[in-house]
Formats: sequence, structure tokens, C-alpha cells
Amino acid sequence: MDQIELHDFEAQCIQECAPACTAACPLHVDARAVCAVVSKGDFSAGLQLIKKALPFPGIVCRICEQPCREVCLRDKSLAMADLERACLEFGIEPQAKAAQTVKRKQRVAVIGAGLNGLTAALDLAKKRYPVVVYEASSVLGGRLNSFSENKLPRAVVEKEFNKLYELGVEFRLNTAVSSSVGGGAVTLGELLHEFEAVYLATGSASTLNIKEAGLGSVDPQTRATSQPGIFAATDIGLSANSMPIILAMADGRSAAISIDRYVMKVSLTASRSNEGPYESCLYTNTEGITAAPVVPMNDKFYSQEEAIKEAGRCLQCECLECVKYCEYLASYDGYPKKYARSIYNNLSIVMGTRLANKMTNSCSLCGQCAEVCPTHLDMGALCKQARQTMVIQKHMPPSAHDFALRDMQFSNSDHFALARCLPGADSCSYLFFPGCQLGASAPQQVEKVYDYLRGHLSDVGLMLRCCGAPADWAGRQDLFKAALDEFSNIHEEMGKPTLVLACSSCYQVFKQNLPDLNIVSIWEIYDQYGLPETTNSKKGAVVSIHDPCTIRHEPQIHESVRRLVRQAGYKIEELPMNREKTSCCSYGGDVWLANRELSDKVIERRIAESGNDYLTYCTMCRDFFASKGKPTLHVLDLFYEDDLGARAERRGPGYSERHENRARLKKKMLKEIWRETVPEQSKIEGIQLILSDEVRQVLEDRLILVEDIQQVIEYAERTGYRLLHPQTGRLLAHYKPSQITYWVEYAPHEDAFEVYNAYSHRMEIAEELKS
Amino acid sequence: MNLSDQQPSGDWVCAKCSVPLEVSKITVSYLGSSYPVELLCCPKCGLTLVTEDLALGRMADVEKTLEDK
Repeated sequence: MDQIELHDFEAQCIQECAPACTAACPLHVDARAVCAVVSKGDFSAGLQLIKKALPFPGIVCRICEQPCREVCLRDKSLAMADLERACLEFGIEPQAKAAQTVKRKQRVAVIGAGLNGLTAALDLAKKRYPVVVYEASSVLGGRLNSFSENKLPRAVVEKEFNKLYELGVEFRLNTAVSSSVGGGAVTLGELLHEFEAVYLATGSASTLNIKEAGLGSVDPQTRATSQPGIFAATDIGLSANSMPIILAMADGRSAAISIDRYVMKVSLTASRSNEGPYESCLYTNTEGITAAPVVPMNDKFYSQEEAIKEAGRCLQCECLECVKYCEYLASYDGYPKKYARSIYNNLSIVMGTRLANKMTNSCSLCGQCAEVCPTHLDMGALCKQARQTMVIQKHMPPSAHDFALRDMQFSNSDHFALARCLPGADSCSYLFFPGCQLGASAPQQVEKVYDYLRGHLSDVGLMLRCCGAPADWAGRQDLFKAALDEFSNIHEEMGKPTLVLACSSCYQVFKQNLPDLNIVSIWEIYDQYGLPETTNSKKGAVVSIHDPCTIRHEPQIHESVRRLVRQAGYKIEELPMNREKTSCCSYGGDVWLANRELSDKVIERRIAESGNDYLTYCTMCRDFFASKGKPTLHVLDLFYEDDLGARAERRGPGYSERHENRARLKKKMLKEIWRETVPEQSKIEGIQLILSDEVRQVLEDRLILVEDIQQVIEYAERTGYRLLHPQTGRLLAHYKPSQITYWVEYAPHEDAFEVYNAYSHRMEIAEELKS
Repeated sequence: MNLSDQQPSGDWVCAKCSVPLEVSKITVSYLGSSYPVELLCCPKCGLTLVTEDLALGRMADVEKTLEDK
């Protein structure tokens, strides 16, 4: 990922976009923040926020047109001007900093003392420009003078305008400026001699015509005219009061920015997006928010209690759509924009600790975020790319995906891998590909599905192996490509049959990576040819279907499964997040290996979404949910199992048993269908172990397989390198078959070995053994 | 980084040589980093003991730290 890709990704996350109110406000008052502090009673903090944005807050809070209210997502929009007024009434001003008295040399003239011109004058004076304001009439404020004393007391206006005097702004009242001699007391030409820049803010009362004065047109972004040094307001010559006051003030502010840049001789146009009102890109979901009316006012302005209550109605708009649904995204206290930065920085570290390794490896890559995100931002795609980079940089922690990769290696070894057309045939039209975990968890169902397929499809072969998904999840493009290439070669030799898939992850892998392949899910086949006769129908039983995340974009499969389940007599109550928005069970992306704690939370969250028993069509989803006590059936259980109650509560097999089941399945299929003799088991596989349930659980938790233990014992018994505990007679031995050193505490027991404990480490011991 | 094991050995003896274990300097390494540590070893054949506590405690912590370097 380079900087450009990072910026593109960051730009897609809208969480940091200004809320609608702030974007609509020409002066961008942070109304959300004001409400947040006022709702806690902190009027002084509110005052600071308001003064940061508004040139004359005392005036604005009394007469603002409040464009923020038109876009507020609250059912009845927030009374923002009244809240600003409350901040002015109850907030305490901090000690004023001593104003910088040293003025700049470059002087600026502002023509017109309406709020547009005075805002420009104030902003420029704050930047230490000596400013002179020319006003044709005898008073400041322009149209402010038409408000009633009740609405806008003169004292308030005078107090606000006093700031200008304090900053040294000079005023030339009763002094009209014209474009030519004789039109007024002063001409533009004269001003240009005296001042570095001139701002024409004469509004509707203007006697100056931009075009007639030879100034061309006004650039709407910069307010520059064709005459260098002369800037003009965008409301010149418009009919009176046609521009809202707050917009006119923003006009003056933009002009001040341009004049400052002009005088400083820097670009007038660079980085000027989102000046003035614009449409917010922030999305806020308002579903389920109950209506609340505007808090009424008992006096001329809000009391503190009233203001606190009114500010409390603010929805504090933010997006966080993905974070709401994803336990992973919620668990790092941020949102994708922040995470992308962390992951990018993590990849850029040369020396030091890579703090976001675990974060990068904890995403299930399931793509739910892209479905719920208003801009379809996919954290999974980012995490996968980052993992690939970590692998290339040789910075992928070996422990993160190693176990899954070794499982894949097992499935694609002679222990499990198998490819056969029907006996006697050397090509086939269909090829049943059950995947690695159905055979690991429910091997008898692989046999039954294959029976069904052979009964309905012309000629269907069988391929047992892993599709390569674990390598893809681990960022191992080399291993992934090798797995796909090997598959493709065998597939081609078999006559390029249509692949019949039982596993949704395999379906996704083949669809995305081998697009020319013909694939179909077993669910579509069952949907076409009907329920098997053995189907265990349960009239009226209610289940909730959990769609596997890897086929979220396959509505035809969602529909097939639902039709089959209804035909079997079940009533379906849908989960809130399903089909294309379904959640991952935490098997995806190897979350369960990289972050066990998170994986537990993901499962707990999903199984708590409904009190119904779950029904799914992914083996790992089923086994993961059942592992936390959620009665969950696989759709194949409905077709082929008798005791569905026990089946739903069945804990999936342990990791060792998964290997054994796969190996046994291959041997059984070879023997029964192809009448092929199977080689005898190796000496190591023949080592019999006695394992208590307690020890089995320890092995599961520590990801130690029976075959690892057999290797240690075989080595120890063959070489004699063992430690002895004289009091108990137990032996302790270790062996390092490849990357991991396994330790086993055991004792011989007749023809077998009783195992008491096992543990492992990755650190290598430079042990020098002497015979 | 202290990976030396001063834990009681659990009274393991070398089954091959029938002698008690003694503390010895051994190098342990992971991902290109090496550390000299003191572990219990058989003085005759060199068979070394890494206890469960050491493997799952400090050793696992060091592995994790090195994996994030």
C-alpha cells in the first residue's frame, strides 16, 4: 500500500466529515461540539467554540437565519442560535490575551461597513493588517440598522463593533467611493495608490458597478476581480437582503483569506475546499430515534436548565455504521480511517515494535463492513493486502496463521487429498468438492452427499482437498497460487468438470480466483432435485438461518437453502444481519488463531442475536456456534441425521480428530467406491495414546495435535533422549519436527502411552546432544 | 531479557544417563535474535529441560515481542 492508496482509502471513510449542521453553516460553527459541551452544562466551552467560528457572536445569535436547522437530522431541529445565545449569557470569557500591537506594513481598504465588509475588516485586523473602512452612510452595520431594538439592541451591536476599534480599524464615514473622479469623495484609483488591497463590499446599495469600473467579473472562489489587488463581495448589486446575513459574513471571511494570501504572495486557490456552506458527506443512521420537541423558552432566552436540555437533544451525528455491526472494528476504539493509518504506519516501521500486527491479523476479511458502509469501504480488503505486504517484508508473525497453514498442508497431502472420476472413467462432467472441514466434522455426510449426487447427476467424480483459503487469509500469495495451480492441473486432467461445492469458502475462492470455472453449490443441486428421502422433517419448528459470510453475494444460494428448509417443514425467522449483510463466525481470516479473545466475543455476539436454534450451511460456523452452547444445525443434518436435538448440541471434533476424520474418510471412499487398497498406517501413526478428556482439552487450547505427540514419543523411545521423574516414573521428552518444539510428559502403559501433559514453544534451544 | 530458568526442576533426571540435571549455559534463539540462558541440562548427554512454566510464560512473551519487531 502506498501513500496514494492510503489517502484514497482514508477518503472513503466518512466518519470524520463535518456533520450536516456544520457543513451548512457558512461560518462552520461546530454545532455538534457546542451541543456536547452545553448538554454537560459547560457554557464556557460552548462560548469558546462559538467565538472561534463567529466574528460577531452577539449579533449572529440574535439574527442568524440558521441554515443549520434546515439540515439537522433531529425530527425537530436544534434551536442553535438560542443555544449560542445561552453560551454568551452563561459562558465565562477567558482572560483576553494581550493583542499584538505591531502592525504589518501593508494596508487594506474595505469599502462598505455592512456585516460583509466588517467581517473582512475584523479578520484582517486580527491578522495585524492596518484596515480602513469607507462607508457612504453615517453608520456602521448596513442592514443591521433595520432590526428592532427588541430583536437586536443597539448596545449589543456597539459592543460587538467595539472590537474593531480595539484592533485599530479606522473608519471613514460619509465617504462614498466611486470608480471615477466626481462620482464620490474618493476614487478606486486613489485607494489603490494608498492601499495594498481593496475589498469592495458595498452590497445592494452599491453605486459601484464591477463591470463599469472595468473590474471584469468576481471570481466566486477567491472574490478576486480582474484588477490585481481589488477584491469584491459576491452580493454587490444584488437586491437588498437577498443574501442571508450569515452568508454575507462568510463572503467577507473568504475575501479576507484571499486578501491575506494576495498580500503574502501565495496561491489564492490552493486548499480552499469547503469554504462557505457545502453538503456534508457524513452519514448518520437515524433509525429508532424517538421524536423529541424543541425545548420551549420561558423567558427571552434559554435558562441554563433549558439550554442543557435542548443541547441534549442533539444526535451527535456520526457514521460508525461498520463499527456498530463488527466486533473487530469496535474492539480497537476507532474507525476505518484511523485503522488504515495504523496499519499503514505498521507496515512502514523499519526499527521498533509493530503495534498493529495483531490488529491486521484480527479481521475476518468477511466484507460485512463494505455492505453496511455508505461508501462501501472494505476493511477486509485492506487487511488482506497488508498481510500480503507483511509476508513479503518477512514481518508476518509466524504464530498468527501457522496452524491453519499446516492444516491446509495436511489436507493437500496424501493423508486427505484425492481426485477420482467414477470407477473406470478418466473424465467426468461434475466433480464433488466437499472442502476440508465437512469431511473433518461430519465425514459421513460427505459420503451421503456424494451418494445423492451420483444418483442425480450423470457422472460425478470426487475431489478431496483444501481450496487454499487459509493461504489467502494468511497473505501467503505463493502458497495460495500453488494450491490453485495444483487444483487447476488436476481439474484439467479430469476433463474440466463442473465443480459441485459444499463449502461457501471454497465457493468464494473458486469464483473470485478461477472465474472461468463452472461452479454450483450442493444447495442449488438439492433445490433442483428435491430433498433426500432421509430428510428429518419437523413440522412448524422455528429456526434462524445464519448465512455464511463467504457467500454473502450469492442470493441464489440463500434462496435455495431457504426453499429446502421450508420444504423440510421449518419456519424461518430471519436474523437482523443476514444474506449480503451476514456476520462472520470468526473462523474467516483466521481470527480464531490470531485473536482468540476477539473470536470468543464475535461468536457470543452472533449467537445472542436470537433465542431460536440456528441453522447454517457452513461446517465451521456450526461448530463455532455450538462450541459456545448455541444449538446449531447444519442443513445436511436435516437431510441425513436422526437425533437432531443431539446433533444441534454436538460439539465439533477437536483439531486432531479433524485430521483423523479426513484421513479415515479418504481411506473409506477409496476402499468402498474405487476398491483401492490403502497403504498401512506408518509406524508413528500406529503409536497408541491414552488421553484423558482433561489432557485433550489442554491439547486443543495449545493447538497440539495427536500426531505431534506421536512424533515426540516415537523420537524419544527410539533415541532414548528422555527425562525421568523417579517418584512418578513419568517421562518428559521433546522434539522439533519443523518450527515448533513439542514437549510431552508421558508414561508407557502396556502397548500404549498415557499422556499427562504437553506444551510447546517456538524458541529454538541450541542443545548439543552427545550420545 | 531473562529467560534463565531458576524454577525447581520438578526433580527430573536424565533417563538416558541416570544423572541429575545441572544448570548450564545454553543459547536460545528466535527470528534471528539469540540469548544465552541458564537451563537445567544433563551434564553427560546435554539433554535440556524447558519447563512448562518457562515455555508458556517468559518464553512465550519473548516470542511475542520478537514477532512484533
